[in-house]
Amino acid sequence: MAELLEFRNVTKVYSRGLLSRTSTTALNNVSLRLNEGEPTILTVAGESGSGKTTLAMLLLGFITPTSGHILYKGQDISHLQGDDRMTFRREVQAVFQDPFAVFNPFYTVDHLLTVPIDRFKLAKSKSEARDKMIEALTAVGLHPQDILGRFPHQLSGGQRQRINVARALLLKPRLLVADEPVSMVDASLRASILETLRRLQRNYGVSIIYITHDLTTAYHIAKSIVVLYRGSVMEAGDVDSVIKNPQHPYTRLLIDSIPWPDINRHWGETEIKAKESELSDHGAGCKFLARCPFAMEKCQTLPPLFRLSEHQAASCYLYEQNPPIESERLSELLPV
Amino acid sequence: MSNMLNWTVTDTSPDGAMNPVLQVVDLQVSYYTDAGRATALDGVSLTLDPGEKLGLVGESGSGKSTMALAMMRMIKPPGRIEGGRVIVDGVDLTALPDEEMLKARLSKIAYIPQGAMNSLNPVTRIGAQMVDAIRAHDSAASKSDMEERCLRALESVDLKRSVFTMYAHELSGGMKQRVCIAIGILLKPKVLVADEPTSALDVVTQRQVMETIDHVQRQIGAAVILIGHDMGLMAQFVDKVAVMYTGRLMEVSAVREMFTDPKHPYAQALISSLPSLDNKGVFQGIPGLAPALLRLPSGCTFHPRCPHVMEVCKTVRPEIDPLPGGRQVACHLYSQEVAKAA
Repeated sequence: MAELLEFRNVTKVYSRGLLSRTSTTALNNVSLRLNEGEPTILTVAGESGSGKTTLAMLLLGFITPTSGHILYKGQDISHLQGDDRMTFRREVQAVFQDPFAVFNPFYTVDHLLTVPIDRFKLAKSKSEARDKMIEALTAVGLHPQDILGRFPHQLSGGQRQRINVARALLLKPRLLVADEPVSMVDASLRASILETLRRLQRNYGVSIIYITHDLTTAYHIAKSIVVLYRGSVMEAGDVDSVIKNPQHPYTRLLIDSIPWPDINRHWGETEIKAKESELSDHGAGCKFLARCPFAMEKCQTLPPLFRLSEHQAASCYLYEQNPPIESERLSELLPV
Repeated sequence: MSNMLNWTVTDTSPDGAMNPVLQVVDLQVSYYTDAGRATALDGVSLTLDPGEKLGLVGESGSGKSTMALAMMRMIKPPGRIEGGRVIVDGVDLTALPDEEMLKARLSKIAYIPQGAMNSLNPVTRIGAQMVDAIRAHDSAASKSDMEERCLRALESVDLKRSVFTMYAHELSGGMKQRVCIAIGILLKPKVLVADEPTSALDVVTQRQVMETIDHVQRQIGAAVILIGHDMGLMAQFVDKVAVMYTGRLMEVSAVREMFTDPKHPYAQALISSLPSLDNKGVFQGIPGLAPALLRLPSGCTFHPRCPHVMEVCKTVRPEIDPLPGGRQVACHLYSQEVAKAA
């Protein structure tokens, strides 16, 4: 089956400093595949600094990988030109986390919607363009008359974020990268934005890469999940298995830190071993070593992924009795 | 400080119980826009005991942040505090002259802003910003004394002393938020107002930051108002929850009762819209949209979205009244129980 998107052993290293170069591996040898005929929702989860936003930036072509390749419909996205590039730009859309940062404060919010309409010639006339804008805004639950003609500072974060989703909707994309789209939005609106995303996947066949640290929303919207920590895959698989039965100590910490809206379920039974301020970028071993309550001698070398079941694998020596699986075959674990 | 006595309000609690540390009485805030006057806070009253933790929840635009800013008297034009009082530790902040209010901020009531990333000065060291805060209140303090107080505050939020000489860009989001908490507690305020202190942080850091707030709050014995929309965080952190909608309080209940038996239909909808690990894929949003403040519905502002709407709701605004068990609710459904409680 044709691939919509493929990550082939992608690594991204950020270097800085002129004399004493220091480098940070933001993404370490990640391989992923999304098929064209099987629209799905894949969650990429992790804390800040886990490389999830780097993954989004790479996929959108904003930065290039240090090694490895990213292919969109079989073509390396760093070599796309002309019409192919325009098609890629239209078909791969993004919704970013911070609804405050994406607006130019000097323009009314209409600008954000009219630019893509003009650029991709989506409307023949001004009134058609306006109808499209109104339709998209209504689809994300906004009153167009309250929005159009306003400046960004006159709108709330939730309203602005929904304008971003509306902008992506306008372009009828094939792949949507949603980087923490609801983390700054109210719980009650969260549901409607997530529902909109899921409708996009079901009805329009859009594949979605949902990047988040919020595992509860991931659980509800996604089919499969990849948990990243400091650029490496910690655990991956079917979203039900990974969230209900997390195996990697890091995934367990993440799930244990979710503030459940349930007063009988106490938050944080497991102690957090190290403060983030005390962590340094350490050597070649497991990235979670410094915080792991089960750290062993052999964790000094990077553990491979061990396959726990058909749809779950964890990169941890606690499971070394299970068969290892090459990181290139990660996608086989992910149901669509 | 003796002239502060002029604004001291004598406590009127008849039963002589613990004096509340914060009393918000009938607070009114409006924003004057080209399209008309928008009432962002419409007669909000609250009381908070020392050491108590209150969660203020509501959708965006419900007036939560306006409430925080109004308590700090930081509403900027076109907004204006139209009426009401904010009494902290016996002092009516709304009656203070501006320079006294400057002193009261941080020493009586402190604000931990949303998005710590943007609230620190990028070109001054963290330490200098902290020292500034102390100097503004206590110009007589010696340099070494001020430094020592800052270092202690940093330690109490689990930051290293070395953060004192760092710049904001050298810190992670969670660390910056902790610096803001450290500044907030520098002068041991009676009330800490935290406006979505963790909304931009990830879960593990969020938990660490909330544990930090919890810990320093106990240390200095301050009451906390946690503003946010994350009901999960509320369930884990606060003692009492106040639900806001269109600038009005809809329900105030102890956290356990709020989660097990919410009274107001809006509170019920909020609680049932929460995700859980049961019923996967069910997104239960709240039907309808929050109304624009410029075009508020008549009567109860929730009536167009309410599943239990009655004729009376469309015309008569329900007052927030006490129910048995120390709860308060603004809903006509409970008018009989309210009458009994009275």
